[in-house]
Amino acid sequence: MINFDSIKHVRGESQFVYDFIPFEKVLYAYVFYSPVAHGIIKKINLDNALGIPGVRYIFTYKDITGENQVGGIIQDEVLLAENEVDFIGQPIALVVADNFLTAKHAAKLIKCDIEELPSIFDPREAFQKGSLIIPPRVFSLGDVDEAWKECDVIVEDRVESGSQEHLYLETQGSIAFPVENEGIKIFSSTQNPTGVQRVAARVLNMPMNKIEVDVLRIGGGFGGKEDQATHWAVLTAMAAKKLQTAVKLILPRQEDMRITGKRHPYSTDFKIGLKKDGKIVAYEVTYYQNAGAAADLSPAILERTLFHTTNSYYIPNVRATAISCKTNLPPFTAFRGFGGPQAMFVMECALYKASQVLGIDYHQLQKINLLKDGDEFPYGQRAENCRAKVCYDSLEKIYKVDEVKGRIEKFNNQNRFIKKSYSIMPVCFGISFTTTFLNQASALVHVYTDGSVSISTAAVEMGQGVNAKLINIASRVFSIPPTRIKLETTNTTRIANTSPTAASKGSDLNGFATMEACQAILKRLKKLAATELKIEDENQIEFKDEVVYCKGEKTDLTWNKIVQKAYVNRVSLSAHAFHATPGLYFDRDTSKGHPFAYHVYGTALIEVTVDCLRGTYKLDSVQVVHDLGETLHPVVDKGQIEGGIVQGIGWMTMEEIIYDKRGKLITDSLSTYKIPDVYGAPEKIEIHFLENAPNDFGPFKSKAVGEPPFMYGIGAFFAILKAMNVFRPGLEIKFIAPMTHERVLMTLYSEVKEKVRL
Amino acid sequence: MTRFILNNELVETGLPSGYVLLDFIRKNKGLTGTKEGCREGDCGACTVLVGEYHNTEIKYINVNSCLMPIGSVNGKHVVTIEGLNTNKLNPVQEAFVYEGGTQCGFCTSGFIVSLMGYIITNINYKFEDAIEYISGNICRCTGYEGIKRAIWRALNEISKLKINSLRNYEEYRIELVKYEIIPDYFLTIKEKLKQLNSIKQEDLKIDRNYLVGGGTDLYVQKLEELVDKNVIIISNDESYREIFLSGKEIYIGGGCTVSMIESSEIIDGYYPELKDFLKLFGSKQIRNKATVAGNIVNASPIGDLTNMLIALGAKIILSSGREKRTLSLKDFYKGYKNLDKAPDELIESIIIQIPEGKYLFNFEKVSRRIYLDIASVNSSFFANVENGYLSNVRISAGGVAPIPLYLKKTSKLLENVHLNSELILEAANTAQREISPITDARGSAEYKSLLLRQLILAHFQKFYSELVKPEIIFQWEV
Ligand SMILES: Cc1cc2nc3c(=O)[nH]c(=O)nc-3n(C[C@H](O)[C@H](O)[C@H](O)COP(=O)(O)OP(=O)(O)OC[C@H]3O[C@@H](n4cnc5c(N)ncnc54)[C@H](O)[C@@H]3O)c2cc1C
Ligand code: FES
Ligand code: FES
Repeated sequence: MINFDSIKHVRGESQFVYDFIPFEKVLYAYVFYSPVAHGIIKKINLDNALGIPGVRYIFTYKDITGENQVGGIIQDEVLLAENEVDFIGQPIALVVADNFLTAKHAAKLIKCDIEELPSIFDPREAFQKGSLIIPPRVFSLGDVDEAWKECDVIVEDRVESGSQEHLYLETQGSIAFPVENEGIKIFSSTQNPTGVQRVAARVLNMPMNKIEVDVLRIGGGFGGKEDQATHWAVLTAMAAKKLQTAVKLILPRQEDMRITGKRHPYSTDFKIGLKKDGKIVAYEVTYYQNAGAAADLSPAILERTLFHTTNSYYIPNVRATAISCKTNLPPFTAFRGFGGPQAMFVMECALYKASQVLGIDYHQLQKINLLKDGDEFPYGQRAENCRAKVCYDSLEKIYKVDEVKGRIEKFNNQNRFIKKSYSIMPVCFGISFTTTFLNQASALVHVYTDGSVSISTAAVEMGQGVNAKLINIASRVFSIPPTRIKLETTNTTRIANTSPTAASKGSDLNGFATMEACQAILKRLKKLAATELKIEDENQIEFKDEVVYCKGEKTDLTWNKIVQKAYVNRVSLSAHAFHATPGLYFDRDTSKGHPFAYHVYGTALIEVTVDCLRGTYKLDSVQVVHDLGETLHPVVDKGQIEGGIVQGIGWMTMEEIIYDKRGKLITDSLSTYKIPDVYGAPEKIEIHFLENAPNDFGPFKSKAVGEPPFMYGIGAFFAILKAMNVFRPGLEIKFIAPMTHERVLMTLYSEVKEKVRL
Repeated sequence: MTRFILNNELVETGLPSGYVLLDFIRKNKGLTGTKEGCREGDCGACTVLVGEYHNTEIKYINVNSCLMPIGSVNGKHVVTIEGLNTNKLNPVQEAFVYEGGTQCGFCTSGFIVSLMGYIITNINYKFEDAIEYISGNICRCTGYEGIKRAIWRALNEISKLKINSLRNYEEYRIELVKYEIIPDYFLTIKEKLKQLNSIKQEDLKIDRNYLVGGGTDLYVQKLEELVDKNVIIISNDESYREIFLSGKEIYIGGGCTVSMIESSEIIDGYYPELKDFLKLFGSKQIRNKATVAGNIVNASPIGDLTNMLIALGAKIILSSGREKRTLSLKDFYKGYKNLDKAPDELIESIIIQIPEGKYLFNFEKVSRRIYLDIASVNSSFFANVENGYLSNVRISAGGVAPIPLYLKKTSKLLENVHLNSELILEAANTAQREISPITDARGSAEYKSLLLRQLILAHFQKFYSELVKPEIIFQWEV
């Protein structure tokens, strides 16, 4: 089974926003942004910039004809700064010129006097000063305060996890152009076409039906284009409307890194209480989420952190508090895992530390506390069809964890400075948008008279292979080859009011909608076939490999013929289907409900080698048992798991976002911000799909795949830590991620370090 | 006028020679298969092949078109993804499709071009070598596992054709065409290039202020200044691209690339370890363009090649056209980006002595990411050894001072002594006193100081492992 999109990719024929050259004339835009983290704009002088030949116009907030507001969940974010700036990178003006370099050059000549105000960058400081996005949220189960009394040991610590740049290879971008009836059409690299349409309508003061957003594909999103593609699309729309010509805005890599939001850094306190035998009794945790200067998706991300507080484990008494802190950094945003990884990292830190105090092996402790069917999550839902243990056990068996241990021990005895270790990371991730109403999608399916099929849905293709999966679903329903099916662009005129392609839900929601639309057409065709074949019961008709079967017998009717006949008989060959995930509810007041359609489970084994002289490491292997339900597309699913793992490892190891004291991003290019390259990725990744694991809540019994594998990467942190501990038993550790080469060396040689003279 | 062959098309352009090849391909020619992911040589999405006619054959290299002035492809063959496509998928493309080597597709043409560069320039395939060709290609989606699978599959498929017994590239490429692995126009390129190169070049009005080697520093640092200039491309001049032996000295032309040093038989004959050290320099694409003189003149404190050359005791020959002078490389640096060099002087060549007797030579580099990254700290160590005594000790350190540093005191400390653990520790301590690191994106000052200590220890751990024991390395003072 192949993904047909990839044929275009390998020939360089796939188009991305910046490849479109459909216009005679296109103007280029460049964003002028705040150079200070917090301040009052005293004066803007555009004269010098406007004096450059080729500059067409410079937009400021004064040019906005509608509302200067891009906020989604909370309306707290302006498109272009008015009087105040809240972070370095905040857009203040948009320069539009004949070409890119002119626009960029002109932007440098804009004079903007800003009176600096004090800034906050640390979430705990923001909390102290009452600078919050929303009031704190609490999830609880059992009675934590009582439960401490039952514990034999109680362990507390602090955990820091860092930010992460999405580094989608295609930077943010958009082209907008005027169309008739005072309309605007936008080609945007967005995961959220309706979001773009809605905000453009608001900012331009136009009805939504005059704004058409079209997405062919995007060059990677990972959450970074869920909310934050909107700004650029709306800016081009505004410019196109005013200047009545096509306007193109592609963020250069450095600007993309500086201006746009990233994964939320978290600072967390935990307290965990256990019995002597390793059973966890109570867990209390307080997350300080660094949300940046505006809400963006932070409240939803905060909530998912709470949902995944206990990861794959059952803990009877839990109190988890999450605080979204407002700081003067670019608003942090969605990123694969959506707050889940931050929670799971803390949970593992708690277990690791507890294991050291208790003297029970860390992995033993994991096993003792794994979730089982019927266990209650802190949000009230119970684990059903729980596959935590079966994944963990299969992993140990398939990859022979005992032998791995022996091999590693032998290696370590023979090597003085080079140490190996391994870690195991179980993951349990809930599938659904936790904002219940977003769990809806629709599909529009046309069968043309020649038998070829066209599908439109709300899903945006960004490399996750949703198109391939939808084609596969339609191909299975109609029983025609995938080559006869085409997936159309995601377009707001064909499919309206879409949810973003996010939360790993793209293929579930749109898959069901596609399936239902195809089934509706199939039903009509079956009925027609029954009439043609002169039988009463249409259920005796079957479509198989483009041939119509009647009572199990092949007939002369083919797919093509029956489609033709349908047309001639005035039977509709099109269908629109709407799907809403059934059974979901969540009460935000009590923080209880049934927010997830199901959970994805899996376990990873990670092996590393640490050079304890130089403080460097290498990822030797990652081996996984993963619960996919029944895979819709093995090539796509495997790729999602592998890619997710490496991203997760990057977050835990080499990817470090650093700001200077003024809140300016220092790691603002690919030369200073490092993501895994071919050598930095694990030498070997092996994926085993859990067998006999159908899922009743996914199309054709499949499960969503996008986000959960990311969290396997967390194991890399602990594998490195364990190897460091082999070199220096009893080493005092701090739970600070990412575990960069710098941190490894500084931790291993902390005594030496202190004596370093500068 | 710049003339070259772009895929199968002869192009002539009057654009300034400093104009960027990537822009020419995408904007002027509308070939959008070549992507832009960073414009600083760090992602490989813009990779193209450049073929040069040389000694009866065309040699292709993979390069980052975002850092290439079009002047540097004058008289050459530039191949983009469009120029590699045939009517069917080639084995590399097919393998990517079947093994999940692509997801969003944005990085993919860069990978395919790099790997096709490998296929057309290597008759015997080795997985590790093919991987090296994609050392400059970043993918955010696949985690590389599908790409690695695809490479296995593709090499395997092509090996089945048994065309690797051929004697030369010309015959080999005929076979590649026969099996539709590359398009047939490739076979006409040689003649076309010969013709192209026989046309007498009218002299460009050159701006003497802009001297480009490979452009891998210049085009990252000041692209906007260069795009409308007629820059001088020194590496176009054959006389700066030679490596030869003269008496006891190896001469390396200033325009030689890192790749040329890696593959030089002369250098390999005397300093075989150098080619392994150079694997840590940038990526394949960068090494194919980065020149020795560029590395030296850029004067970055972390320059890897400069670091190695200082330890090898290299000298440089500076020429202003009228006059020449020779200078020890370690004395070339006066302060941060401040060189003992007149504006009209260029580095003609670099001289290193061939080693006499038994010697130790090591290079250490630690960066945030092991490959394709700039060092947090690097260090080279050279010494002759006789009867357990070290002489001609030269240790360099990068990333710990405003200039590429020669560790004078540390080197001296080890001269003519009998090594022991204490002395090694003292050397590491001394090194830490010779430096003045600063905190930046590559690490804190504290870290860099500690790291240099460790790298000094690592030099000795490599040659005298029994003297560097975990028990002693936590000691501070001796
Ligand atoms: C992605 C990337 C990765 C890199 N990785 C590394 C790395 O790992 N290690 C490392 O050391 N460097 C690295 N570099 C930096 C760079 O590649 C090297 O410094 C390279 O050697 C520069 O050579 P060049 O020919 O490209 O220089 P250019 O950019 O062409 O020139 C640099 C300077 O040298 C001058 N110059 C060039 N030739 C001469 C000459 N013959 N005489 C006098 N002046 C001359 C130019 O005028 C200019 O001022 C990297 C760069 C990039 C973009
Ligand atoms: S665009 Fe990234 S290397 Fe050229
Ligand atoms: S496939 Fe998306 S970056 Fe490689």
